[in-house]
Amino acid sequence: MDRRRRRNIVNNVMLGLTGVCTIITVSSLFLILSYLVYHGFSSLDWNFFTKLPLPPGEVGGGMANAIVGSLTMVGIATLIGIPIGFIGGIYLAEFGGKTFPFLVRYTADLLNGVPSIVIGIFAWAIIVVPMKSFSVWAGGFALSLMLIPIGLKSTETFLRAVPNPLREGALALGASKTKAITSVIVPAALQGIATGMILGIARIAGETAPLLFTALNNQFWAKGLKQPTASLPVMIFSYAMSPYEDWHRQAWAAGLVLLTMVFLANIAARWVLSRGASAQRG
Amino acid sequence: MASTVLTSVPAPKRTRTFLQKLQDGDQVTHLITVIFAASVLLITLLLVYELWIRSGPSRSKFGLAFFFTKVWDPNAEQFGALPFIYGTLLTSFVALLIAIPLGVGAAIYLAELASPRWSNIFTFLIELLAAVPSVIFGLLAIFSIVPIMRDYVEPALQNTFGFLPIFSGPIYGVGFLSASLTLAVMIFPFIISISRESLMAVPREQREAALALGATKWESTFQVVLPYARLGIIGSIFLALARALGETMAVTMVIGNSPKISASLFAPGYTIAAVIANEFTEATGDMYLSSLIELGLVLFLLTMIINAGAQILIVATAGKGTKH
Amino acid sequence: MNKAILAIGLTSALLPVAATAQSLNAAGATFPAPIYQKWFNDYSKVKPGTQVNYQAIGSGGGIRQLTEGTVDFGASDMPMTDEQLGKVKVKVLHFPTVLGGVVPVYNVEGVSSDLKFSGDTLAGIFLGAITKWNDAKLVKDNPGVKLPSKNITVVHRSDGSGTSFVFTDYLSKVSGEWKSKAGAGTSVNWPAGLGGKGNEGVAGLVKQTPNSLGYVELLYAVQNKMSYGYMKNAAGKFLKADLNTVTEAAAGAAKSMPADFRVSITNAPGANAYPISTFTWLLIPTKIDDASKRTTIKEFLKYMLSTGQKDAAGLSYAPLPKSVVAMEEKQISAIL
Repeated sequence: MDRRRRRNIVNNVMLGLTGVCTIITVSSLFLILSYLVYHGFSSLDWNFFTKLPLPPGEVGGGMANAIVGSLTMVGIATLIGIPIGFIGGIYLAEFGGKTFPFLVRYTADLLNGVPSIVIGIFAWAIIVVPMKSFSVWAGGFALSLMLIPIGLKSTETFLRAVPNPLREGALALGASKTKAITSVIVPAALQGIATGMILGIARIAGETAPLLFTALNNQFWAKGLKQPTASLPVMIFSYAMSPYEDWHRQAWAAGLVLLTMVFLANIAARWVLSRGASAQRG
Repeated sequence: MASTVLTSVPAPKRTRTFLQKLQDGDQVTHLITVIFAASVLLITLLLVYELWIRSGPSRSKFGLAFFFTKVWDPNAEQFGALPFIYGTLLTSFVALLIAIPLGVGAAIYLAELASPRWSNIFTFLIELLAAVPSVIFGLLAIFSIVPIMRDYVEPALQNTFGFLPIFSGPIYGVGFLSASLTLAVMIFPFIISISRESLMAVPREQREAALALGATKWESTFQVVLPYARLGIIGSIFLALARALGETMAVTMVIGNSPKISASLFAPGYTIAAVIANEFTEATGDMYLSSLIELGLVLFLLTMIINAGAQILIVATAGKGTKH
Repeated sequence: MNKAILAIGLTSALLPVAATAQSLNAAGATFPAPIYQKWFNDYSKVKPGTQVNYQAIGSGGGIRQLTEGTVDFGASDMPMTDEQLGKVKVKVLHFPTVLGGVVPVYNVEGVSSDLKFSGDTLAGIFLGAITKWNDAKLVKDNPGVKLPSKNITVVHRSDGSGTSFVFTDYLSKVSGEWKSKAGAGTSVNWPAGLGGKGNEGVAGLVKQTPNSLGYVELLYAVQNKMSYGYMKNAAGKFLKADLNTVTEAAAGAAKSMPADFRVSITNAPGANAYPISTFTWLLIPTKIDDASKRTTIKEFLKYMLSTGQKDAAGLSYAPLPKSVVAMEEKQISAIL
């Protein structure tokens, strides 16, 4: 029975190892969170949220303009990206065809896979260069490019998940296709679509690379949308690599703020989704 | 009574005027949705076009030699992509080396061993990890991973395995190894999430058959379930690879920014994404800028190919799962 | 949630703006960034509503963005070459702003006293020829100091840097080997070491990495309480960069300043001249279409040459020689 015992030992060891793998991977999340809270929480003061950055070496500056800059650019990205993704997704789910939808899906996947730094190059080429200025528009546009494929995929997926009887029922009652879509199908899928959109927005809020040479940075308020602007991720990047303790402190605080927003959005989205799913089932 | 009725009823009007068609609504909706969908197509085409056109000067000047030149000297206008391709591939490869065992191991535990409730909770937490922005990984890496690498891990590796070229040379803290480790933490959520799904999609009969034949749980998992889910797991690896290749911020912050090719993992290096991020705003001279954009084009093509591979594999798994 | 974000974002982006508001964008060198940021910050208080957004992306970046036209003016520690000037659509004027010194900054275990470096030793280290802190050449220049037998981690700039230009310009003058192997420029083919982004990136790396050596503008070493060394000057004396030694380095150039202000003062003659000193310049286009922008820039230049100069010493820079200031005041009128 030696072989049997050896096989049992191997069994226990390997299964134990998989448990170890799980512990390692799950705990990295907690390590990250605790590190950020430990270093960043104490730096979250009133100054951080209300003051503008100060010249290097001076203590007490804040990231007020970066917070507003991030919100503005995410807002622009949402205004551009969500409609395109949403309406495009309706096309893919509700209107047929062979080659054209295939091409659209393929290019959306392609766009989704483009590294964010290359998105930055593209946004620089078509907005910064003709406009001859770094701007909030350019940053917002770059972010919208990342939102479009996410919105498209999520819209199409959840529209397709609407049961066919619902679709056919609406049409049987005499509704035009438009009416069926707007009054019946989309509302049924809305929860899922909204979830996908929120997750997408949370993702672009943390992106840095596309902003590096589109929105650049600004130590003042961006006066209008055609001026460069500060943003949380870019500030974290430049402060983290600086030698100033005060800037490090602020980088941790900004990281905590950013991560909190991203996590809240993720948790909220998933909760909404699970509620919607159980409502449909029950 | 029959004859008078039959002849004089006019045929119903079959053609409708354009206005009537418009008022129908559906045509308009169709048109609008087509336009929006088409814009996705157009934007992506425009992106590829811009990359192609703007990398023109360096493409025509250096040609294929661009990929094999190791010199990156903006002063002398000599640009070669090799150090960056090397750095990108090396860091991604080492990251996978670290992330695959961890990720597949955790996926096995979550799919096979954990109770459904804990499995879902842990998976949710791991997926949250995937949502952490790259710059935050970089921030953490600078202040936690790099000092640990420099003061403990790399010296230990050098003391025991220093005869191997990959563990030789001066220790800086920043460098290929730190960047790879940071990347590994960023990509294992993808591997875990998708591998777990692939494993869970394996039909129960397969496991039960193996166990009925006397296999231990591990043997059943490793020799039967895992191979069955192989395509999906490999697909997840491809996806993780695509993510690692394009990763910019975290890598820039810990790789040492040195366009050199070294055998040692402790040495500083550079990746395509990192050099674009660092040098784009200051590329004086058209050849410099064009070379950077050409690097962007290379990265784009690389990730495109890997992503396509991932899609094929993941779709193939889904198909296989439903066949039985 | 989306609506709230949109509302906040849009309203704050369209905040009512003062009638005399001026928003200028500038980019360039990190070398003088601390004093530029201070100037622009103070200037926005002196002239309320005027903001000059200065982004320190490196001298190379400043030159590039000026050439592209995405900024209103640039800043560089390396004077633009004729070739670079030719690429800009309008004529560009150089306006020196302050003098500064580039210092060898280091982080060596167990060494508390200030180290001395000679030119060719420094070149040897950056060439990768001298690899250990207790190398014979370093020991010779630093008798009595216990240098560890650890490897030197070299830190240089990863971005296109005027500071790099000044440093490599100096190394080229004192080491023939450096001149042939790497040369002088904002971005050279560094034979060894790690790259940091900006003066602050190099300072950050040196601060974090034991047994490392880098080069930064004096203020970055001072503000971060980092050790920096003595340099051996052309007259053979070991000097630290400070107000006097940097000013002395510019003395000769001040007398014979060319009309376009493009000079190099590295390895200057003079008993007390700090060998790695430099002017740093604002790059101003001569033809500015927007009339209010033009006025703002001219007014700022006058501010810089008068009130601004008083801030220099407090931030470890040296003010411009009086003769240079006078020449510049005349040049302001050339901006149309």
